[in-house]
Amino acid sequence: MKKKIDRRGFLKVSALSAGGMLIGFNLFSSCKNSAKLPDDISKLNYKDFNAYIQIAPSGAVTIYAPNPEIGQGVKTSLPMLIAEELCVSWDSVLVKQANLDEAYYRQMSVGSTSILMGWLPLREVGATARQMLVNAAAQQAGVAPSKCTIKEGIITCDGNISIGIGEVVEEAAKLEIPTDVKLKDAKDFTIIGRNIKNVDANNIVTGKPLFGLDYEYDGKKIACMMRAPFGYKLKSFDATEALALQGVVDAFSFMQNSIAVVAEDTFTAMKAIKLIKPVWEATKRAADSEKENVKIKSLLQDSKYDLIQSTGNVDKAFASAEATIEQVYETPYLPHSCMEPMNFFAHVTDDWIKLAGPIQTPQNALNRVANALKRDKKDITLELTRIGGGFGRRLFGNYAPEAAIISHKSKYPIQLVYSREEDMMGGIYRPAISYKVSGAIKSNQVSAYKLRQVGSTSLKGRFANRFPTGAIPNVRLESIRNKSSITTGAWRAPISNVYAFAEQCFLDEVAFKLKKDPIAFHLELIEKAKKSDNEHLVYEPERMEGVIKLLAKKANWGNQSEGVYQGFSQYFSHETYAAEVAEVELRNGIPVITRVICAIDCGLVVNPLGAKNQVVGGIIDGIGHAMYSDFCIKDGRPTVTNFDRYRLIRMNETPQVECHFVQSNLAPSGLGEPSLPPAGAAVANAIFAATGVRITKQPFIKNKEVFG
Amino acid sequence: MSMYTLLVNNNHYEVDVEPDTPLLWVLRDHIKLKGTKYGCGIAMCGACTVHIDGEAARSCSLPVSSLARKRITTIEGLSPDGDHPVQQAWVEEDVAQCGYCQGGQIMSAASFLKTNPMPSVDEIRMAMSGNICRCASYNRIEKAVVLAAQKLKQQ
Repeated sequence: MKKKIDRRGFLKVSALSAGGMLIGFNLFSSCKNSAKLPDDISKLNYKDFNAYIQIAPSGAVTIYAPNPEIGQGVKTSLPMLIAEELCVSWDSVLVKQANLDEAYYRQMSVGSTSILMGWLPLREVGATARQMLVNAAAQQAGVAPSKCTIKEGIITCDGNISIGIGEVVEEAAKLEIPTDVKLKDAKDFTIIGRNIKNVDANNIVTGKPLFGLDYEYDGKKIACMMRAPFGYKLKSFDATEALALQGVVDAFSFMQNSIAVVAEDTFTAMKAIKLIKPVWEATKRAADSEKENVKIKSLLQDSKYDLIQSTGNVDKAFASAEATIEQVYETPYLPHSCMEPMNFFAHVTDDWIKLAGPIQTPQNALNRVANALKRDKKDITLELTRIGGGFGRRLFGNYAPEAAIISHKSKYPIQLVYSREEDMMGGIYRPAISYKVSGAIKSNQVSAYKLRQVGSTSLKGRFANRFPTGAIPNVRLESIRNKSSITTGAWRAPISNVYAFAEQCFLDEVAFKLKKDPIAFHLELIEKAKKSDNEHLVYEPERMEGVIKLLAKKANWGNQSEGVYQGFSQYFSHETYAAEVAEVELRNGIPVITRVICAIDCGLVVNPLGAKNQVVGGIIDGIGHAMYSDFCIKDGRPTVTNFDRYRLIRMNETPQVECHFVQSNLAPSGLGEPSLPPAGAAVANAIFAATGVRITKQPFIKNKEVFG
Repeated sequence: MSMYTLLVNNNHYEVDVEPDTPLLWVLRDHIKLKGTKYGCGIAMCGACTVHIDGEAARSCSLPVSSLARKRITTIEGLSPDGDHPVQQAWVEEDVAQCGYCQGGQIMSAASFLKTNPMPSVDEIRMAMSGNICRCASYNRIEKAVVLAAQKLKQQ
């Protein structure tokens, strides 16, 4: 593969004064002409470059990884792309988390896009550096660069002279940046496609301070906060008792409806916030999820809606149907429950602001702090820490301006720490969404498909023209927004996480009604999609067919042993295809999920080990929340606030998950999310196979007919 | 405030704190050992697991005043060089995703294997069910505990 890109535009190279070579680059834009590389590694700045590679005279390579690590493995997989093209051994590569400064473009982990966006640019950076090293070695050996090969950091010139890359870094740094470099062929990959372990594994198992809550700073105080219930206002509060506690240094209200305490240490701050006596005042928007459910039910029947997609003539097809099927699916609000509760450090002074902590959207956090305090962005720095789980919650960095305002008001460097209760009560929840799905049947085929979403979020256009569009001639997607004072946002595989549950449970029900095997029914639909002349389809039916066929084989579909009941589900999201079979067995008449088999097509798999970890985790996460997580809001407050009554899946409830990848050389797509959406439906469909009961409401565990 | 002397990872520490301060916050805020994590504060998630006289305990629910003359071990002190068989098994099985809960998981596993050196898979699943992993690395935790048991046997 040969690609012509003006590499002078997006990377710069220089020599370091202590020896070695430094490459600075911008992933998705050009460097400014004036951009200069520092000559000292301790002075890396991220104003002009968003990432660096340092090659030391010893040949050691240090990559300053640009994306925040939230557990999805990009701190491993993105540097693998650079190292592959650089032709060094993975053992000689050290990866460090880059910090954020202003103008740090798209440094975020969201929507499983990191690998998709980094695939070509990171490889081009690696290939360019490799070519410069080869050119320098060729010069030293007095041969043409075309006579040189490079492997594991050793350049071989003319077949007999061996030169380590470290030996030529200083010369290489002086050379002109080549503008026409060759990327490696997939068949020559030695790092991409290999099982590479988490680069932080040793630090994690020895308890090193990596996370936001571990951040230390001289003179740091701890702040805890409380906020008004959803749809309530703060009328007044009494902080006398809190302030009387030894170690409490301040207490005040801020951002209209929140109260903070500042103390010398975390335990004191947590104790003090409980001693605050607030008076909340209900507004007309006081939140109650049970009342919302009643409203959602009526909106499912409403005549007004937003049209997301209309293909063919759905009404006509329903009018001429021989039979129709309709089902309603319900899902609750859910907190993210990251194991590391939300937290952020802020030190606001008259001259500068220092921020540090775990966040997926650092640029946005910095902007919000600048706006909240009316300060120049140039005076703000943000240091990223490792993140103890994201799942979408840390895209919404409201805790960063909260921390900054508390520091500004108290005049202390503070770390804002949410208690688990505050984390669960003050969430940016997965929206509660219900679906009404209907199908029209004619000549034992589905002639029309209609899906309506009602929830505190909108069904977005990107859901249009997905499966089963193309397979069913008449399709209509409708959306109605249920306005609520309960704050909602992205939750791992946004909307897809519940949309797939409705779609895939419904199609299973249709297959049953048509007396067709669920997988055969899907393949039959996909066959129609392959022949469809609909130009708007956003998925490739052939790839969908590929994962389903691989899955059917690996799951031994249709030939399960006695007492094992299988359920099937498949879904396309984030450019990745996922198909899953869940197996349940009945123990004392209660279904137990024993095994899940999954097939995935995410293009080329960069790091099979990391990829498998993501897929398996996503499936168990999807099953856990569909099965167990019950969440209600009454009088503006969640009725559960900690893990005693809010149930997350635990090890004794976890099935064994097997994961199989479709062999592919297509550009890789992400894996942090796509395995999650089909998981709930696979389990619900397996439970139907075992018990004959259709579960249409999450969490499944509340279904008395099945679970008693 | 009162003075307490704690024996943590074979070192003596003097701390001046309120008697009801949980060990978790004494470790994190006063002794500055950050490997023991806060997850729930009510002994339901296991992120704060330490060993007291060799037995797993939830440090978020142990007041400092109850720890006189107790031997406290944290993840930092489980082994001198991070090479306890359980730690090795965790690295070999590539268990961690975000990694936040794993210190607590390792402490639970290490204590469990002392009392039951050759556990069945079901025993492992029950013993480890007090530790939540939100990334759901449970399949690998299970494998790592099996591997660690083999390593301990070979020692």
